[in-house]
Order: sequence, then C-alpha cells, then structure tokens
Amino acid sequence: MTLRLTDLAKDESGIITGFDEKDADLCTRLREIGFAEGDNVTPLHFGLFGRNPISVRVNGALIALRRQDAQAIELTKIVENSAS
Amino acid sequence: MSEATKLRLALLGAPNCGKSSLFNALTGGKAKVANYPGVTVEYRKGEFNLPGGQSVELLDLPGVYGDCGHSMDERVALDAVRGNLEGERAPDAILFLMDASHINTHLHNILQAKNHGLPIVLVLNMMDMAARDGITIDLQELERELGIPVISCVAVRESGRSLLLEYLDEWGGDVTHGSAAAPDAEVGELKALQAKARSITRNAVTRVQKTETFSQRIDNWVLHPVFGIKILFLILFVMFQAVYTWSGPAMDLIEMGIGALQNGAAAILPEGLMRSLVVDGIIAGVGAVLIFLPQIIILFAFILILEASGYMARAAFLVDTLMAKVGLNGRAFIPLLSSFACAIPGVMSARTIEQERDRLTTILIAPLMTCAARWPVYFLIIGAFIPANKIGPFSQQGLVAFGLILVGIVFALVMAAIFKRTLTRGESSGLLIELPSYKMPVFKDYLIGLWDRGMIFVNRAGRIILPASIVIWILISFPTNATATAQTWAGKVGGVIEPILRPIGFNLEIAISLIPAMAAREVAVSSLATIYSVADDDTGTKLSELISSQWSLPTALAFLAWFVFAPQCLSTFAIIRKETNSWKWPLFAFGYLFVLAYVAAGLTFHSATAFGL
Repeated sequence: MTLRLTDLAKDESGIITGFDEKDADLCTRLREIGFAEGDNVTPLHFGLFGRNPISVRVNGALIALRRQDAQAIELTKIVENSAS
Repeated sequence: MSEATKLRLALLGAPNCGKSSLFNALTGGKAKVANYPGVTVEYRKGEFNLPGGQSVELLDLPGVYGDCGHSMDERVALDAVRGNLEGERAPDAILFLMDASHINTHLHNILQAKNHGLPIVLVLNMMDMAARDGITIDLQELERELGIPVISCVAVRESGRSLLLEYLDEWGGDVTHGSAAAPDAEVGELKALQAKARSITRNAVTRVQKTETFSQRIDNWVLHPVFGIKILFLILFVMFQAVYTWSGPAMDLIEMGIGALQNGAAAILPEGLMRSLVVDGIIAGVGAVLIFLPQIIILFAFILILEASGYMARAAFLVDTLMAKVGLNGRAFIPLLSSFACAIPGVMSARTIEQERDRLTTILIAPLMTCAARWPVYFLIIGAFIPANKIGPFSQQGLVAFGLILVGIVFALVMAAIFKRTLTRGESSGLLIELPSYKMPVFKDYLIGLWDRGMIFVNRAGRIILPASIVIWILISFPTNATATAQTWAGKVGGVIEPILRPIGFNLEIAISLIPAMAAREVAVSSLATIYSVADDDTGTKLSELISSQWSLPTALAFLAWFVFAPQCLSTFAIIRKETNSWKWPLFAFGYLFVLAYVAAGLTFHSATAFGL
C-alpha cells in the first residue's frame, strides 16, 4: 500500500514519490507551492483537533495544509534516522 | 520625462519574498496608494531614477506562486504582466524576486514566468539570510542553466541593492537591448518544469544541513497545539488592552489642542452663526473623530508587526480547525483580521481565497469584525458609561471593548456556519499556505505602513467627516428660532425614523446621528458632538460628559449593541458590490446586518431595563 504524507509522525521524514491525480487542481496547487517528486518532507507541527492541519518542512520551507489535502501526497518513508 | 521613455518594470514573485521591501527601498515608499471608497487597490505603482538618470516606473504586484491564477489575487498579477489590465500598458520587463533561502522550493516558478515572453531578471533576495542558513548559490551556474540574468540582492540594505541598480543602469537605457527570454520546451507541464528546476538546484545550490533554525525553535512554541492557541489569544488580548492604556496621554494632548482651538476661534469670531459653525460644527465634529487617531495607530502598530514578522500565517494555521467548523479555512483569518482595521481592505484581500464560495462567505461576514470606524463609537460610549476601574491588572474599559469584539467574532462565525449551510453550500477549499521564516520587520517599511494607515484615517476626517459635520450643523441650527432639537430641520428628519428606533431605546439625537453615519460609522460620533454642542451653551464641555448625563445606561448599551453589527458604511457595501459584481450581495449584507443590529439593540435595551440598570 502506498504511504501518504498523513502516515508520517512528527519529525519522521519521507521522500515524495508522486501525487494522487484524482484532484488535478489540488495537484497543481501542491506543486506550485513547492512539493515535487524526490523532495524530502517532514511533518513538524499538528493542530490541536484531530491533528489537523499539518505543517510540513519541504526544501527548507514550511508549508501548512489540511490532512485531506496531505492525503494526495504519496511517499516512501526514510527508515533510519541518518539526517540527510 | 515622457511616458514612452520610462522603463516600466513589474515586480513579480511568491508571497513573502520581500517585494514590498524592495519596492519601498527603490521608490522611497512614494507609491500611488489605494483610495478607499469605490477604488480597488490592485497594485502599487512608484517611480525612481537609476544612477544613470533613466527613470523607471515600478509595479508592485500581489504574490504569485505559479501561472494558473487560482485566486483573484493571482489573476490580477498575471493580467498586469500580460498587459490585460485596463488603462495599463504591459511592462517592458519583469523583475522576478525570489527568497534565496527558498530557491529549492520556488525555482520552477521562474521557469513558468519565462513563458510570459518578456525580458526577465531573477533577483535573489535575502542572500545574507540564505548564507546564515548554510545555503551557497552558484550564480554563474544558475545563469547558464536558466539562460537569464541572475542578480544577488539584499533589498533592505543600500549596499545589497547596488548590484541590481548597476545591472538595470547598464541594461535599462535601451529597452530593446534585453531580449525576451526563450520559453522552455516543456511549456505548461508543471511536473517537467519541477524536475528541471530540481536538477538545476542540485548543481547550483549547496546547503549545509543546520540542526535547528531560529524559526523552528520559535515555532516549537508558537505552533504548539496547546501553547500556540494561548499565545495567539494573549497577543490579541494585549493588543486590545494596549489600544486603551497606551493611548491616554496622546489623546489628552489632542483633546487639549481641540479645546484650545475652540476657545481661540470663539475669541476671534464674533458671537453668531459663523462662530457656531466653526466652533460647534467643524471643530467639534472633526475633533470628535480625530481624537481617536492614537488608538487607531496603536491598533495598526500591532497588526503591521504581526504581518511583517511572519506571525499572521501562523495565526491562520492555529485557527484553521475553528474556521473549518464553520466551513471556512484558515486563510480567511487574514482578511478577517484586516477587517479589524477596515472592512474595505478586508473584503478586497478575500481575493487570496481560491474557492469562490468561501470568498463570498468571508466577504459577507467581514463587516462583523470591529473596524476602526467603530472604535470612536465604542471609545465614546465606554468612556462615558464604564468606570475606568482596574479589574486585577486589566482596565475594565479594555475588557468591555474586548467583549464587544468577541461578540462580533462569535456572530461572524455563527453567520458563516449558517451561510455555508444555505447560500454558499458546497465543499470548502483547503488551507495550503506557506509559513514564512520569522523576520525582524524592516523599520522603514513599518513606518511607511503605519503612516499610510494613519493618513487614510485623517483623510477620511477631511473628506467625509468635515462635510458631514457642516451638513449636520446646518440641519441642527435652523430654523434659528427653534428652542428644542425636535423643532430643527435635523429634528424633523430624525423624527421620521425615530418611531422605528424608539422601541429599541434610541432617542431623537441618536436617530439623527445614524443617518449621516451611513457615510462612515464614526460620523455618528461627530454628529452627536455637533448636535450636543449646538444645544449646549457652555463651549468645551466634553461630549462624553454630556452624553453620560443625558442618556440612560440601557440606551447607551443598546447603542453599543447596535454598533457591533452597524448596518452602516456605504463604502463597505460599494466594495462588496464591486467584488461580487452584483447588487444582490451588498443588499443582502445590509439586510441581515440591519436585522441583527435591531434585534440585538432591542434585546440589550429591554433586558438592561428589566435588570434595573
């Protein structure tokens, strides 16, 4: 099963492998603000209710988004904690 | 210099990359700023001369990520670049500004921007910060890969701008010299553009991984699920307390000045109508509003710092869940917070909201935020009726004001929930917002921002309140043989609507003051000042003292309740008409606000009376 951005815990990192193309418009917006294949993403903060929204570090930028939108980002988890 | 020889440059780039700082630094902040009623501010335009003498016209455009124009804001920026704005020539070239620290994230944006077919220069801003964060950028490599000039820049420092000015000087004298950038082969294919951008940055950018940046350390507290909300609430609370407690000395000074002016005018002018017009009409009317300038300035002093420091986007993150409950998103927080200053820029900044239904909902509830024009009314009534006691460390007057603001917010949320279930039903758009690194606000930009807001308030006093005061003075002073307010022309006009307002506890003077308050809410205060000054023989008695001796407490409270909703301010309805492009929504907004104001004032008056206040 494909892992999604929402499957990462705080401070866990993943590498983006693709986007769920169901909502093409959402994909464009995610790409434009700075998510792309191969990027390293790390969730840093979660909202109080239902861990929503999430703030994610990507390429040195910090981007906030809702869980339902974060679902569209597919990734593989970086297992060991060698900071790269 | 003629229009044709001016070099016309558009400043484009993502939000928070420092466009406005560069704009202010180059043009000295002398921009054509918004005129409020009816005129929508789309961008700022300013001029400056290059060291070599060439004059340049610079457009400061809203922040744009890509070229798809998701929000109205983005569409305006793109229209300006493409020359699709009415009455505006297309720019000669684009200065594309990018935050150097975020080059990895944003580089594909310039690949998109190259497709506009205009000469384009990449200006990497905040190079000093990038270096601090361990980022090294190979500018030559970048130029070669992108095929366009790349200039390093620190917009806020003169030395940091010199490279940009030198480059423009050399190139700008001859517009034809710069050739249009060649579009990339993969036009429109965002995924391919990103791949290309990422491969460029792999070669040209090296970053040393730092353990934890300054911004991250702050965010561990500010974005903390529990502490974050507390900090936000504390900031808002301190802000509203400060508006009251810090403004006292400055307000006393202005009050003394107004009193001296009135006494001076009374000494020079002979007894009669002319003296009454100047002393009771003009000075009392305009003065009654100008006195609130210190409070307005303090309010903006906070809002501007929150914006410039990067905190505002964090606030949007923190309130997003709450906003989601009423069907909006955290992004709506920013227009709503600017509505605390004035609903007009608030309604306009709703343009950053991508989803059309969400934008409409935000516009409809924006007038419920306590705008600056309501402050004079609150200040007057609270000052006259609420004792200046302290409850613990807090000023009691500040607490009441805070309560009124909360009531406005609660009703805004309730109304939003109702609208989302009825008029603007449908799925809401997500949050998706960049949280910029924390920045020390640039002092010059800050002062320019504060000055602009202050001048807008003072200009309103001149353009709206001065004429309104004169009209009210005429209506209240004639016929000259009138012995009571009811016999004057104003009394006759007010008498028509007074029967409607009597059931909610309003008297004739209030009824009269509400009519000109349609022009601007604070005119209610200047009108009351004129009405009571004319009736009062003793020049210089404070308006608050006159009111506290003549109104009952339930009437005063009902008046406050009315102004929480305040179905006034034609400029707000005009901007709603413009932004929604229909008469339906401004009329609807007026209708629902009127009903709420009437019911709230009535309930307040009758329950206060029942409690024997």
